[in-house]
Amino acid sequence: MVPVLLILIPLITGAALFLIRQETTAKALALFASLLSLAVMLAGMSIWKDAAHLTFNEPWLNALHSRFHFELDGMSQLLCLLTTFSFPLIIYGTWNNSYEDTNRFFGLLLLSQAGLLGVFMAMDALLFYFFWELALIPLYFLCSRWGGEKRIAVTFKFFIYTFLGSLLMLIGLIMLYYKAGNSFEWADFINLKLSFREQVPIFFLLFIAFAIKMPLFPFHTWQPDTYEQSPNAVTMVLSAIMAKMGIFGLLRWLVPVVPIVSFQWGDNFATLAVISMLYASFVALQQDDLKRLVAYSSIAHIGLMILAVFAPSTAGVQGVMIQMFNHGVNILGMWLVVNAIEQKLGTRKISELGGLAQKAPVLTVLLVIVALANIAMPLTNAFIGEFMMFNGVLGSTATKFGVAYAAAGGLTIILSAVYTLRMIQRVFYGNTNSRTEHAKEISTNVQVVLAIIVVAIVLVGIYPKPLLSLTSDVTNQVISRINLK
Amino acid sequence: MNAIILSAILGVVLMFSGIFFPNKATVRNIANIGMLLLLVANLAEQNGHVFFHINTNDLLSFSKFGLLFNSIAIGSTLFYMLLSGRDIEKVGINVAEYFALIFFVLCGVAIVSCYNSLLMLFIGIEIISIPLYILTGSDKRNLKSNEASLKYFLMGTFSTGIMLMGITLIYGAKGSFRLDEIGYVINAGREVWFATGLLLLLISMAFKVSAAPFHFWTPDVYDGAPTVFTSFMATIVKAAAFIGFLRLFETIFPTSTYDWKLILAVIIAATLFIGNVSAVFQQSVKRMLAYSSIAQAGFMLFALFSRNDMSREGIILYTLGYSLATIGIFAVLIKLKDYTFDGFNGLARTQPVLAATATVFLLSLAGIPLTIGFFAKYFMLASAVKSGAHLWLVFFAVLCAVVSVYYYFRVIQSMYFKEGFAETEEVQPVFRWLLVLLAGAIVVLGIFPNLILQYMYF
Repeated sequence: MVPVLLILIPLITGAALFLIRQETTAKALALFASLLSLAVMLAGMSIWKDAAHLTFNEPWLNALHSRFHFELDGMSQLLCLLTTFSFPLIIYGTWNNSYEDTNRFFGLLLLSQAGLLGVFMAMDALLFYFFWELALIPLYFLCSRWGGEKRIAVTFKFFIYTFLGSLLMLIGLIMLYYKAGNSFEWADFINLKLSFREQVPIFFLLFIAFAIKMPLFPFHTWQPDTYEQSPNAVTMVLSAIMAKMGIFGLLRWLVPVVPIVSFQWGDNFATLAVISMLYASFVALQQDDLKRLVAYSSIAHIGLMILAVFAPSTAGVQGVMIQMFNHGVNILGMWLVVNAIEQKLGTRKISELGGLAQKAPVLTVLLVIVALANIAMPLTNAFIGEFMMFNGVLGSTATKFGVAYAAAGGLTIILSAVYTLRMIQRVFYGNTNSRTEHAKEISTNVQVVLAIIVVAIVLVGIYPKPLLSLTSDVTNQVISRINLK
Repeated sequence: MNAIILSAILGVVLMFSGIFFPNKATVRNIANIGMLLLLVANLAEQNGHVFFHINTNDLLSFSKFGLLFNSIAIGSTLFYMLLSGRDIEKVGINVAEYFALIFFVLCGVAIVSCYNSLLMLFIGIEIISIPLYILTGSDKRNLKSNEASLKYFLMGTFSTGIMLMGITLIYGAKGSFRLDEIGYVINAGREVWFATGLLLLLISMAFKVSAAPFHFWTPDVYDGAPTVFTSFMATIVKAAAFIGFLRLFETIFPTSTYDWKLILAVIIAATLFIGNVSAVFQQSVKRMLAYSSIAQAGFMLFALFSRNDMSREGIILYTLGYSLATIGIFAVLIKLKDYTFDGFNGLARTQPVLAATATVFLLSLAGIPLTIGFFAKYFMLASAVKSGAHLWLVFFAVLCAVVSVYYYFRVIQSMYFKEGFAETEEVQPVFRWLLVLLAGAIVVLGIFPNLILQYMYF
């Protein structure tokens, strides 16, 4: 029941919003729907914890043996929590942004939420593919309609990239369907005993789709442009939640399903992940645009998660799980700050800003905490996740290069401290200029939202146990599949 | 049987109605009612009520599959006439004749979906083609329309000649025209005749479904013909030719000792490539749709290639999805004053309903989930994966599908994201509602394709 509610609430509200012309009503309804989803999600994690409430399994296409099968296991709960937690923050945090056709904007935003939640809960491969695409289409329209100057071409590139990836994934899923004896069930997929040769094509078909979504070097070229050109609220959805679809795909549909290839060739992809991290970190150092800076830093952080997946160990995979949540929350904080600055001052160029700390002390304090989380300082949530991942990579029995990977990864953490702190220094400290002279403190809604994020950061940083125990079952499942060889 | 007889009778009725009813609207209403009757009659036959008991001497055989396709063809035509009936009136003065010709085409369609003898295939194809030559040239004062008609006629008769040659050779080898007999005749010395006959048949059918390298007539004819009739030609007629083609591949091609898969694979790859790549470079949406129909034919050819239960279900879904979406997008296109991509600029502002429904149709053509076009493509790809041969073709098809997104989405971009003031002709409220209904059908079938597939077996 919970999965159905989670999908239907944003779906129905999203569709209804197309009919509501009144701006404030539309915004309020969107916020209400997103809060309602959050409430349902929290209820699912506390009151309705039994399997009957968390599963939904009804026939869909008998001819294809495909079912409406949703399930909220630990990893799904974590990611659905991230999604339902982020959406109210995004909507409320960008409350003062004005759009043409406000109702359509929020309608599409909620439709994408329905798609994202479906992806995280689907246990049937065809259903998974359905929602995978469903999450993309509204985002395509959002970016192309409300984005920046070069939006049409940039978004189109993004769409073509991901569409190619998803079609390849579809072929991979069809192959698995026939191998599993005409079944799309995830449970049947992971019980398959495929030989190495059978796994290779399937691995690559799925991997490319996920690599594009995450994104992983060299499939990342769509990402900085799209993040830069999208309206800020959409950028938040893209990087806080949609990027997790790729990691989620790895952990649910790739590694447990084709473990032999993931295990034996893991070093290649771990190396690719390290290249991705280093490359993105060095490029981030050069950026003058705030959005591009955060975009590249996102690639670097995602790279570390990919590394931990392909140099696996229990601690590492556990770290990836919790870091998916943490990264979503932290990057959301960064984007909210960027949005607030852009809305107030009309620019995102670091070189045109300066001295904001004198003008907006609250913003500065909150940002510094978010930024410290972004560079994984102890007591923040990211410290837990990244520490576990490094620990895992070093202790992984699957790879011989654990030390080298960890060293390279450590370098990117230092680099991330460099570009993040330098950004803070240039934007918030130093002297004001003509543009920032008359800057004011950020509005209350952004303060509230950032404060919630900071609380989440510190809370998870000090007491991560609930989130860790949530995902330990799934982690063990993944690891046990890998150890089978 | 119901559909064949009734459509012929209704065709004659409409021809005469032009004399008795000078009012165009009356003629149109008669045509709509007639089409509805035809649909009901065919649905009745699907449920076992045959009105006309005629001994066909096994020249025709009425299978569930053929009858279901008839229903789809007639239903699509009904939708087409409801949507574009007023535009048919604008083509010229002989309105009754246009409707009559459409009924005659459907008579041919009903024969082609249920033939059991190669002679009936020939007759069916001719009954389809000759009215179409006339419809293509129906805009008499337009030079392009005349050119298209002549080109279509020359190419069409040429390919029919090839078909007859092929049928003759097959008869020479096997001594029978009947699909169910040809397979059992063993005539060792004449295998080459048989194979040559099949090859000629393949070529002529490839002409009819505009598969590369026999597609050259398609863009010019589709572009030159009055847009309403292009819509009809590109959908119902093309789908019927496919059903005829599929019957050949299910019955007599497998009995040949030669392997047809490689030839088909090459034809499919060429069709997909030429259709998709040419469509990218078009400036006129109408011409783009002509090339896209070639590209879609490439996907439909997968049904012949893989030949299993998936492909039979797939071709039904594909013809239905493709017909509905194409009829819809052409209906929108007819209303526009400028057929170029720029002519669509800003349509979302001037005609939001048209733009929204056109988006659904284009998404369906591109094969995005939540539309029937996705399941159509899904069944085709899955059937090819299931058959296991020539897997490279599947990957090639996927790449082509990505290319197709490029030109379909260009229209969406024009409508929604570009500034402009798309000029349209006057749009009736009924027309809007019909478009919404059509788009709704595409979405519902895109979530529950079972609604159609169940009729294949029950």
